[in-house]
Amino acid sequence: MTEKKEGIGPAEAGKAGVGSARFRWVDRGLIALMVLPLVCCLVLKVLFKPESQGVDISGAMIYLTIPGFPLQDLVITESQINSWGIMISLLGLCLYLTHGLTERAETKRQLAAEWIVEKCENLVTVNMGERFAGYEYLIAAIMGLSAFSSLSCLIGLFAPTGDVNITAGWAVLVFVLYTYTKLQGGVLNYLKGFTEPIPVFTPMNFISEFSLPISMAFRHYGNVMSGAVISVLIGTALRSLSKMLLGGIPVIGNIPLLQIGLPAILSLYFDVFSGLMQAFIFAMLTMMNVAGAFPQEAWEKRQAKKAIRRQRADMARAEA
Amino acid sequence: MVELAMGIMLGLCGVGAGIALIAGIGPGIGEGQAVAAACEAIGRQPEAKSDVTSTMVMGCAIAETTGLYGLIIGILLIFVAPGIFSGVLRETVLALK
Repeated sequence: MTEKKEGIGPAEAGKAGVGSARFRWVDRGLIALMVLPLVCCLVLKVLFKPESQGVDISGAMIYLTIPGFPLQDLVITESQINSWGIMISLLGLCLYLTHGLTERAETKRQLAAEWIVEKCENLVTVNMGERFAGYEYLIAAIMGLSAFSSLSCLIGLFAPTGDVNITAGWAVLVFVLYTYTKLQGGVLNYLKGFTEPIPVFTPMNFISEFSLPISMAFRHYGNVMSGAVISVLIGTALRSLSKMLLGGIPVIGNIPLLQIGLPAILSLYFDVFSGLMQAFIFAMLTMMNVAGAFPQEAWEKRQAKKAIRRQRADMARAEA
Repeated sequence: MVELAMGIMLGLCGVGAGIALIAGIGPGIGEGQAVAAACEAIGRQPEAKSDVTSTMVMGCAIAETTGLYGLIIGILLIFVAPGIFSGVLRETVLALK
């Protein structure tokens, strides 16, 4: 969903006309760029998956361990690989949607791309204000990556958001942004913010500062992971139930008939609704935290102060 | 001796998971109140239904967080902790011998 990077500019329009043979070949390549990473992830999963029976609840598989790093061996896990796969696939989607842009929207994909860009810009301006225009790239990227990561379990991949390391990485990114925005109000102001409303609150303010990324990471991870765990538990329970009830019948007994249907409805809530909801909430919280770190009034006050200082400096220079 | 220790450990993991899930009470009450207030608001101003609903769902998802912390602890205690603790127990027993 980072379409804006490719821009709405008509730069690409003249290269190859919509419908020409070259255009179609590039299109096919982009679709392959979208599909192939996911296929690669699936193949890797199938190759590495150990045989298991019964309740299978485990975190991401470890594909590779690279020794020789200072703190700890570098482990390459399933969630990292899937996350990169989804990123490449999303890049393919963005390139596909923005391929062959024209000044007046003619194709469906251009309309879709423009709709997405418009919605994201609107969301960011409404929630963060004009001052933070430019954050929509980040917000759209976070939202798209999060949503597609959560949805990737529909095609049988391990959802990267079900691993706390991935969401913690995003939360650290948000924390850095938030601290950076706070520091824009001046280092002294930033330090002073910890002693508010009274100096006794300093330790609590420190804790609340660090609890923000933790709560963001755990909210997203907890929702996705608990959904996956509940789905597995119910699926296993239904399988054993159908074995118990229908096990005596010769042919039908081998098919877990009760497992048909109900897990799909659960997945509709846990995977689709919850995943999309969490993506939206993560983006929303990012916007609120970053925008709240340096409120409009503080910004205006600082601008006024700066203006006065500049005026004084000018006057001093004029006198000299 | 090891069996007894293992049994106590597993039992306490289960009890701990149960206690951790008490955390579900808070979000339950909170979300119930949020939905009740949202229903009231929609009843008073039916034209603001979409705004109220989206805000409510958002707030509910945030209120859910504390419950989720408990749920994560519970899941970890049932599926992850026994493995770690039994490894620790085995090592201790080996060291004692």
